[in-house]
Amino acid sequence: MSTLNKMDPTQLAKQLELWEDTEVSAFLNKQPEREDEFYTLGGFPVKRTYTALDTKDIPIDDIGLPGQYPFTRGPYPTMYRSRYWTMRQIAGFGTGEDTNNRFKYLISQGQTGLSTDFDMPTLMGYDSDHPMSDGEVGREGVAIDTLADMEALFDEIDLENISVSMTINPTAWILLAMYIALAKRRGNDLNKLSGTVQADILKEYVAQKEYIYPISPSVRIVRDCITYCAENMKRYNPINISGYHISEAGSSPLHEIAFTMANATTYVEEVVKTGMDVDLFAPRLAFFFVCQADFFEEIAKFRAARRVWAKIMKNQFGAKKAESMRLRFHCQTAAASLTKPQYKVNIMRTTVQALAAVLGGAQSLHTNGMDEAFAIPTEEAMKIALRTQQVIADETNVANVIDPLGGSYFLENLTTQYETKIFEILEEVKEKGGTIKLIEEGWFQKHIADFAYETALKKQDGQKPVIGVNKYVEEDEKADIKTHPHDPTTADRQISRLQNVRATRDNDQIESLLNKLLEVAKDETKNIMPITIELVDAGATMGDIVEKLRTIWGTYRENPVF
Amino acid sequence: MSLPIRVLLAKVGLDGHDRGVKVVARTLRDAGMDVIYTGLHRTPEEVVNAAVQEDVDILGVSLLSGAHMTICPKIMRLLKDKDAEDTIVVVGGVVPDEDVIPLRDMGVKELLLQDTTPKEIVARLEKLVQERGPR
Repeated sequence: MSTLNKMDPTQLAKQLELWEDTEVSAFLNKQPEREDEFYTLGGFPVKRTYTALDTKDIPIDDIGLPGQYPFTRGPYPTMYRSRYWTMRQIAGFGTGEDTNNRFKYLISQGQTGLSTDFDMPTLMGYDSDHPMSDGEVGREGVAIDTLADMEALFDEIDLENISVSMTINPTAWILLAMYIALAKRRGNDLNKLSGTVQADILKEYVAQKEYIYPISPSVRIVRDCITYCAENMKRYNPINISGYHISEAGSSPLHEIAFTMANATTYVEEVVKTGMDVDLFAPRLAFFFVCQADFFEEIAKFRAARRVWAKIMKNQFGAKKAESMRLRFHCQTAAASLTKPQYKVNIMRTTVQALAAVLGGAQSLHTNGMDEAFAIPTEEAMKIALRTQQVIADETNVANVIDPLGGSYFLENLTTQYETKIFEILEEVKEKGGTIKLIEEGWFQKHIADFAYETALKKQDGQKPVIGVNKYVEEDEKADIKTHPHDPTTADRQISRLQNVRATRDNDQIESLLNKLLEVAKDETKNIMPITIELVDAGATMGDIVEKLRTIWGTYRENPVF
Repeated sequence: MSLPIRVLLAKVGLDGHDRGVKVVARTLRDAGMDVIYTGLHRTPEEVVNAAVQEDVDILGVSLLSGAHMTICPKIMRLLKDKDAEDTIVVVGGVVPDEDVIPLRDMGVKELLLQDTTPKEIVARLEKLVQERGPR
């Protein structure tokens, strides 16, 4: 018997063949396997078992060690042995006060980072009293029109001591400006603020579909956020390049990562064009992925994403600092996997997904509430979701060994397959004319729609089992659930504060600042952040700023593909 | 042979969730229906005008933002104003149980919520057109 690392491939291949012919064959004669062929959720074929033959061609340096290039095994050398991942449950509804209360509740329950969801008008740049906002104010997230709302949102929360993530895209720079203006008013040191603003506009055109302006000026705004933060906010992540929404819109896990990488490289190219050194801003680029149901595939996906990013930054962009090459990501369990029928089963789904995220080396994690197929989550649902993470952290010991699945024949093989396919797709994107051109042509969107359609058909015919939906269905089930109530006074409360701000500010000052904004916007060499900070500090509303820029940039309209 | 069923699928308001509506669009097209999809961020006025101009049998409104109780009454009122009340209105997306009866009361003929299978969607729409009879 040879030891594991000295195993002779020829001998092993023979042993494998013999095993197929004897033990396996005898069993198959008695009982066939459940399927003729097995696949991952993303469509990768998987074998009966894996051996050293499946990893023998993987360069040992590609696997490496935690905290070492290419970071396959984790971005840091000690990972969760020094500090658990950040437990970051997203929250947002009603007005700033309403969400502030939820924040304080979550902190009191042991949450270690904040994450903010905004309502549709805020996400899309409409003031709460705009006709397009009717029925949407404070419903899916918190309503923010002015700096006064931001003050209420973070009331009694020390911004230097907790990291704050903001899930917002086309209007991200305005929210970031409000955050900065608030911190300045409080006398905070901007270099001490930690957190993330999502600001990933490219995936909006591809998947989540929250956009305002055409692609080019929108990408310029993102560029400005990145360079502003690189110069003024050393600990802040100015972008969270997201696969999550690509996945939720229906894509395969492979496309989730490949498309995210295509978007990420586009941003890097844009910033490099300004003359900024890649190592000045790349260390603060952060990522956001989903964790789907296919346990090992998801772990392989995360490991491959880290390896791919490291190689891109080193080889394509010539990054020198290790920090520029190591991919850090926030993770959220898959909302699209949640069901209304037998909704408590969602806790189990979320637990398994969360475990995969941890074994895949996530830096922060949001676990979904069991009731999110009905509405935004209740406090109780959020508490159980947070407890799920705390159980994984404190009771299972899985956090004590870094990348415990590293070296698994199956997992290393799948990780490398993922890496290969991701690079193939990136090459295809380049050959076809690049990310922005392909977004305009609907190329990414078509891939996502195709996989979503396939998934719907697989659910219909039971090929993709979903407990409670197409398997173990309870016909007479009655959902005994109390969902998050929408307070009907929200819009009135919000609009009254908005109108109060409009009535008490210096309108001449706002007008002159808005004109200055236009001048900055027209000059692409200028950064849009400082003037925006001035505007929000003077009481400009989000709608003031968005509409002013619409006069020169116009509105993006998608040509939908399905 | 009867004419194919004509369907206008619409996204109204600020909601950008279009995974479901695209799956439905493709499902109905594969089932032989004429499908027009408005794309995102339309107003109730735009959608109703399009439904009238295109003379569709069915207007399908996809809503996952929770704004259905604001948007649906507007659509129903606009259809009435335009003498197009015989347009069959269906709603798809995320709708809490307590809103189902009010929506039906205002004239929404069918609610196609999460996990309704493609086959079932086709069957229910065909049935609705059959029940309505020829126009």
